[in-house]
Amino acid sequence: MERDSVKDQADSYVTNDGRTIGPTVMEMKNITLRFGGVEAIKDISFDIREGEIRAIIGPNGAGKSSMLNVISGFYVPQEGEVWYKGAKRPPMKPYQVAQQGIARTFQNIALFEGMSVLDNVMTGRLTQMKTGMLAQSFWKGAAEREEIENREIAEKVIDFLEIQAIRKTPVARLPYGLKKRVELARALAAEPTILLLDEPMAGMNVEEKEDMSRFILDVNDEFGTTIALIEHDMGVVMDLSDRVVVMDYGRKIGDGSPDEVRNNQEVIDAYLGVAHD
Amino acid sequence: MAKPLTRADGPQSVPALLHRNASEFANAPAYREKEYGIWQSWTWSQTRDEVEALALGFLELGLNEGDFVAIIGRNRPYLYWAMMAAQMAGAVPVPLYQDANAEEMAYVMGHCGARLAVVGDQEQVDKIIEVQDQLPDFERMIYLDPRGLRKYDHSKLDQYTAVQEMGRANREKHIAELEARQAKLDYDSTGVMLYTSGTTGKPKGVVLSNRNVIETAKSSSEFDDLKRNDEILAYLPMAWVGDFIFSVGQALWTGFCTNCPESADTMHVDLREIGPTYYFAPPRVFETQLTSVMIRMEDASRFKKWLFDTFMAHARKVGPAILDGKKVSAWDRAKYALGELMIYGPLKNTLGFSRVRVGYTAGEAIGPEIFDFYRSLGINLKQLYGQTEATVFITAQPDGEVRSDTVGVTCPGVELKIADNGEVFYRSPGVFVEYYKNPESTADTKDPEGWVATGDAGFIEESSGHLRIIDRAKDVGQMADGSLFAPKYVENKLKFFPNILEAVVFGNQRTECTAFINIDLTAVGNWAERNNIGYASYQELARHPQVMDTIQAHVEEVNRSVAEDEMLSGCQVHRFVVLHKELDADDGELTRTRKVRRKIIEEKYADIIAALYDGSDKVSTETEVTYEDGRKGSIKATLEIRDAAVQPVSRRMAAE
Repeated sequence: MERDSVKDQADSYVTNDGRTIGPTVMEMKNITLRFGGVEAIKDISFDIREGEIRAIIGPNGAGKSSMLNVISGFYVPQEGEVWYKGAKRPPMKPYQVAQQGIARTFQNIALFEGMSVLDNVMTGRLTQMKTGMLAQSFWKGAAEREEIENREIAEKVIDFLEIQAIRKTPVARLPYGLKKRVELARALAAEPTILLLDEPMAGMNVEEKEDMSRFILDVNDEFGTTIALIEHDMGVVMDLSDRVVVMDYGRKIGDGSPDEVRNNQEVIDAYLGVAHD
Repeated sequence: MAKPLTRADGPQSVPALLHRNASEFANAPAYREKEYGIWQSWTWSQTRDEVEALALGFLELGLNEGDFVAIIGRNRPYLYWAMMAAQMAGAVPVPLYQDANAEEMAYVMGHCGARLAVVGDQEQVDKIIEVQDQLPDFERMIYLDPRGLRKYDHSKLDQYTAVQEMGRANREKHIAELEARQAKLDYDSTGVMLYTSGTTGKPKGVVLSNRNVIETAKSSSEFDDLKRNDEILAYLPMAWVGDFIFSVGQALWTGFCTNCPESADTMHVDLREIGPTYYFAPPRVFETQLTSVMIRMEDASRFKKWLFDTFMAHARKVGPAILDGKKVSAWDRAKYALGELMIYGPLKNTLGFSRVRVGYTAGEAIGPEIFDFYRSLGINLKQLYGQTEATVFITAQPDGEVRSDTVGVTCPGVELKIADNGEVFYRSPGVFVEYYKNPESTADTKDPEGWVATGDAGFIEESSGHLRIIDRAKDVGQMADGSLFAPKYVENKLKFFPNILEAVVFGNQRTECTAFINIDLTAVGNWAERNNIGYASYQELARHPQVMDTIQAHVEEVNRSVAEDEMLSGCQVHRFVVLHKELDADDGELTRTRKVRRKIIEEKYADIIAALYDGSDKVSTETEVTYEDGRKGSIKATLEIRDAAVQPVSRRMAAE
């Protein structure tokens, strides 16, 4: 493909729809992850470039979520290296990864159900807060200023995702589709460099999927956020992403533009199902 | 046309009023909008500066005197300013309905030949780009919200703030020209052009002069004693004449503050936060609110429900009388005061009506129960009757003379007459100049003496001097036996039931009347939930036998009430069908202001109407529907036709 050759050589290139894709921001090198005897991920390597929408797809149990958990620092792989912004990342806690600018959403929504939407979104700012608990409880000076700044960012995200009407509503009262959007809002509030989305469309109806797709594209477009997403729904993935990694039984069986992946025989087999030896 | 004798000594144009306010009430709030969760406000002098910067930017873009500027979007201060800026630059603002589809927009923009458009967001930009090939005069678009537009071709596209910057930067170059253009504006220059929603045919551009706008704003503000510290919430379509008069005309005349909600979804929260003192809503809004209150009370605990019912019964008995200042016993007053503390006050607060001093409803008839409910709570809800061609006001109800079945007495400066066929005519300083590029329609509607035909049939009640409207004059017809046929009269009675959202009655030149009914999904859906009735879709709920029974009972009750009216007893509904889809403006069945378009419905559903009259008990039909994004699909359904019991009447010829 013409585009690929350009992409491989240059540090950055411009897509057909006018977005600039930068150099590699994260690279997974020969990752292997085992749970006891089970190999969830087998020797997988791929990269994520700045500003792109990178999808990881595969059938159930392919190891997609495990891969995302490796990126987010929740799992430490037994073998292989994670390179982030040109440096090898040592094993670290998820909150440290978050502080480095990697935010995520969860497949099974993990919000604070009893808190309002606004408060949930504000928790996305926690990793950025500098003032201590003592200063915050008196809420004077720096703590107050910081709270106001953070609220401003949270409100911009709320406006962006069009959830103003439910700002003060407790999350427990919201329908599923909106909860997903609130999760996205919380992740965005952290102003991440890389946004990890774990099945953002799971369980949604067609209309909700369309809305979510539009928001993902808008986030990428407006803030230039790099997005790595896991998705089941092939149609959605093919429309959204710049490049796709395909996994099956913990192995990488395809990597490339949506068109390349679509025509890859191994990928077709994995999705349509053939007998495995 | 006979020129009105009154001629204000004060400002003669909308921009002149703005300048007056900017110097007289410089630091009072003029516009507010909630953004990022906080109410942002602009004083009158800030507003003037913003408007002037935009007007200067318009000049830099080459806007000429007499050009048209289309304005499309939800209610936002920036768009109100765009209207004023257009006027400052000697151009004519043309607000359009933001939910209009691309073709509707193409027609209006092509008809007036707009050169500039100021739009809210990407959605509107996309619609105009879609049709701009059909618009030879159209040149540039100015947008407010940059979201999603970064990569659009900006050779014909500017951001609102960028145009203002351009204006500020080139102030020296254009300020003399801008002031000269403003000085030329007088009472006779065009203030705004508004397109009528058009129950028949294409929309018509109603040209309103500064005289129309200012005289109307002045007399109506005096009628209701509007003050500078009043607050309104601007949430009705900007293309509708009422919003223009309330949020621009009256706001500028009296200097009160116009508040814009954060988004359409947050309207109710924002309403509560602002607590407007002057409020306008079509009957539908009041109906929906009442329905939601009632639904929530059904779910309340038994004690709360008892408390609510007891005090509401008392409010219905004495509330309206207290509001009208009539004599009420001390005991009843005390009981009402207790009710205010426990029920009415908190309820009004929840609804956002705590501070409403003057509330209006118009556009359609309002159900007496709905009307009385709000009045009994102590909300001064009144009715007015008006139209675009009159710059809204024809009649209104003065405080103390409010009833649900009339539309009030003539507004100051308005004259009324009733033609022989019952059609209502009026003449006032608010009477429109003309329909743009349509002298035939202008001549049909307005006679040389300035009398305008409303198209409504009505009569003036002798005892009170109030006007009562029966129906659209052209819809009033005759049954085959010669008795009077007034469909809207019956439809309104049907629509007063919360379960019925919309009704269309047929019967002109026929032997008996029949009806289409749309159920109200909120009310009927809630009923279904409480009675453990499962349904998967609107269609399925609509044809549920129990729903059909309920609707039949409603129709029969309406028949009993219609039968009491000697003149209209022929209009009882003999057969009806509950439609499988909601009538929708996107399908052309309703106007954008949700009025029924009879002709289109008659053509589209000819098969169902035929079945209503040939005695069959069901009909299979396929209907084309248009989705919001313009895609088309179709719905197939088999509908049950029911007979409703009618009351025997002694038929008399209406001509007798």
